[in-house]
Amino acid sequence: MDMLSGGDMLIRSLRDEGVECVFGYPGGAALHIYDALFRQKDVKHILVRHEQAATHAADGYARATGKVGTVLVTSGPGATNAITGIATAYMDSIPMVVISGQVASERIGEDAFQETDMVGVSRPIVKHSFMVKHASEIPEIVKKAYYIASTGRPGPVVIDVPKDITSPAETFPYEYPQKVKMRSYTPATRGHTGQIKKAVQLLLGAKRPMIYAGGGVILGDASELLTTLARQLNFPVTNTLMGLGCYPGTDRQFLGMLGMHGTFEANTAMHHCDVLLAVGARFDDRVTNTVSKFCPSAKIIHIDIDPASISKTVAADVPIVGSVESVLTEMLALLKEDEKKPDAEGLAAWWKQIDEWRARHGLYTKPRYKTDGDAIMPQDVIRTLHEVTKGDAYVTSDVGQHQMFAAQYYLFDKPRRWINSGGLGTMGFGLPAAMGVQIADREGVVACVTGEGSIQMCIQELSTCTQYHLPIKIICLNNQALGMVKQWQDMQYESRYSESLYEESLPDFVKLMESYGHVGMRVTDKKDLKTKMEECFAMKDRVVFMDIMVDPSVHVYPMHVAPNGSMRDMWLSKTERT
Amino acid sequence: MRRIISVLIENAPGALSRVVGLFSQRGYNIESLTVAPTEDETLSRLTLTTIGDDHKIEQITKHLNKLIDVVKLVDLTEGAHIERELMLIKVKASGAQRAEVKRCVDIFRGQIVDVTSSLYIIQVSGTSDKLDAFLQAVGEASILETVRSGVSGISRGEKVLSL
Ligand SMILES: Cc1ncc(C[n+]2csc(CCOP(=O)(O)OP(=O)(O)O)c2C)c(N)n1
Ligand SMILES: [Mg+2]
Repeated sequence: MDMLSGGDMLIRSLRDEGVECVFGYPGGAALHIYDALFRQKDVKHILVRHEQAATHAADGYARATGKVGTVLVTSGPGATNAITGIATAYMDSIPMVVISGQVASERIGEDAFQETDMVGVSRPIVKHSFMVKHASEIPEIVKKAYYIASTGRPGPVVIDVPKDITSPAETFPYEYPQKVKMRSYTPATRGHTGQIKKAVQLLLGAKRPMIYAGGGVILGDASELLTTLARQLNFPVTNTLMGLGCYPGTDRQFLGMLGMHGTFEANTAMHHCDVLLAVGARFDDRVTNTVSKFCPSAKIIHIDIDPASISKTVAADVPIVGSVESVLTEMLALLKEDEKKPDAEGLAAWWKQIDEWRARHGLYTKPRYKTDGDAIMPQDVIRTLHEVTKGDAYVTSDVGQHQMFAAQYYLFDKPRRWINSGGLGTMGFGLPAAMGVQIADREGVVACVTGEGSIQMCIQELSTCTQYHLPIKIICLNNQALGMVKQWQDMQYESRYSESLYEESLPDFVKLMESYGHVGMRVTDKKDLKTKMEECFAMKDRVVFMDIMVDPSVHVYPMHVAPNGSMRDMWLSKTERT
Repeated sequence: MRRIISVLIENAPGALSRVVGLFSQRGYNIESLTVAPTEDETLSRLTLTTIGDDHKIEQITKHLNKLIDVVKLVDLTEGAHIERELMLIKVKASGAQRAEVKRCVDIFRGQIVDVTSSLYIIQVSGTSDKLDAFLQAVGEASILETVRSGVSGISRGEKVLSL
């Protein structure tokens, strides 16, 4: 058995856990760990420029691969800088392990230099956390942390490691555990068969069914199963912001995203459906609009791995706790055995109705925005992006109007391609997340759709892109404003633009890019959009920033009418309401 | 409705703060909370009383169960159970008051556990309602200090909360 110091044990444990890459930033309390990292070759480290970016990069890596993202930061400011990224991962149930250095054990509680109670500060935004009390515990804690982060409903786990514990002065026998067992943690796997049977009968009896699929389908690697089920039943499918890509976006049965900025057809069909199959979705308030008016005539089947998500805000008629994958597999098997077939007549009428909605206000039957003006429309930028990248890029995004346009118009055909902060809505997520994705897939085409506001929240990472040759394409929908804020101010505050404008203070992004050794492009003319974008993506090994001047007056539509609206109550343009 | 929830948690550092944090984070209220290690030193048993409708209680128990340190829990108020709370109370007791207070203690089957010429320390145990009633009987005017343990509870009959 090898005798290792705490620091070496930590890195060796990561290696033995299969961790290829750690995103981090060094500092005093983490220096023993960084020295251990230096003395080996298996675990790579990406030096970011701000700890927030380390968490977002690890998050992007996790979303693209399904593996656990790993972060290493120092105590105090290093740890607190990581908080936004941990909260982002927590809200979207992303598997992540964050290792934070801590002041030496005997200093804890003394307000020592760079001491922050990381376990305390992060407690409400982690799935679990550990404080290492003795070096010999390290292998087991690491094993448990990865197990907890990646199983059940995934989430971030913090390991806080006091400096003395990683000291090279003492060594201990090292062995990495093969398995963990925790009496207090047994995540649900299989759903209740009786409930699944009930659900299948409801589905077979449905006349106006809807499948409402969320991020849980992607996290549970069940996209293929969901697609098979939907096709077999010939049911319409809508995806949440987090679920985009779990059902092919270009498929006839796909009605688009639902919710606050969902399509007319998806939201209207939700309102009228008689059986709702909710899969790995959590009835977020940005989806349901007024809860008491949500799906008034539907029987609701809800499949989720987290019992606490079921009947939290909307009561389920048939709750099924279990992994999406196992429940859908069982459903498919039951459907196969059943003599009953879906109600073909009912479905034909339902599809006719849906197609009528599509023709009336659908987002994909014809452009629902101004197409004859001179200004570049943000919607067209995303459609061009889809065309140029053949719908096959990883698209990360920040938060705002550009994010909603990307969600609406980049029709994702595959899971793990759309990478955005849905639950927390973290501006600054896009660029570092794109770095994590590019590291996970060196050959992949990675586009970061952003706004001139959001990109400035983690813009320092352009330097990280240089250091590690991460040829990300940054597609900036420059509307010279905090556009989403401005839209709300237009709609609710009589266009009083309180602090949503920058007054000519934006940097020259082209020059800024050049100073980092990247390529900057400015697009002001509609005619140039496609050729410039093709040029951009042709530069395969360069970071390219497309500063695209879009029409600043554009709003995102549809938009739910709130408060007190139902799902079908939407603004369709600045003047038109359902 | 008032509920008594009994929880077995890992006797680990930080476990209690996760439970308490959950309540404040999600806006649930805790009426009382007691916690101590069990006969198995690796486990602590925590009893908490809270008020909420069925929906809220369901959410509370689900979220408690989600905490990694929580091993098992039961809502005692769902079945027959025994609840007890201990109270120590320091009251003025001089002159005619002394006999009056003593009578009250007897009626509530309390005990006088310390005496000076002007005060008593009384120990009473029972349901929270009984302790409230005792306080009322003694009267606010004579109460100098009270301390209550918070509720502990256990199911009646065969039902056992253990691993
Ligand atoms: C860290 C953070 N701060 C504030 C917000 C609130 N917010 C949401 S969208 C938005 C405007 C974003 O502006 P920009 O990145 O330019 O995108 P646009 O809406 O203009 O496309 C703001 C400030 C947020 N989501 N995240
Ligand atoms: Mg903007």
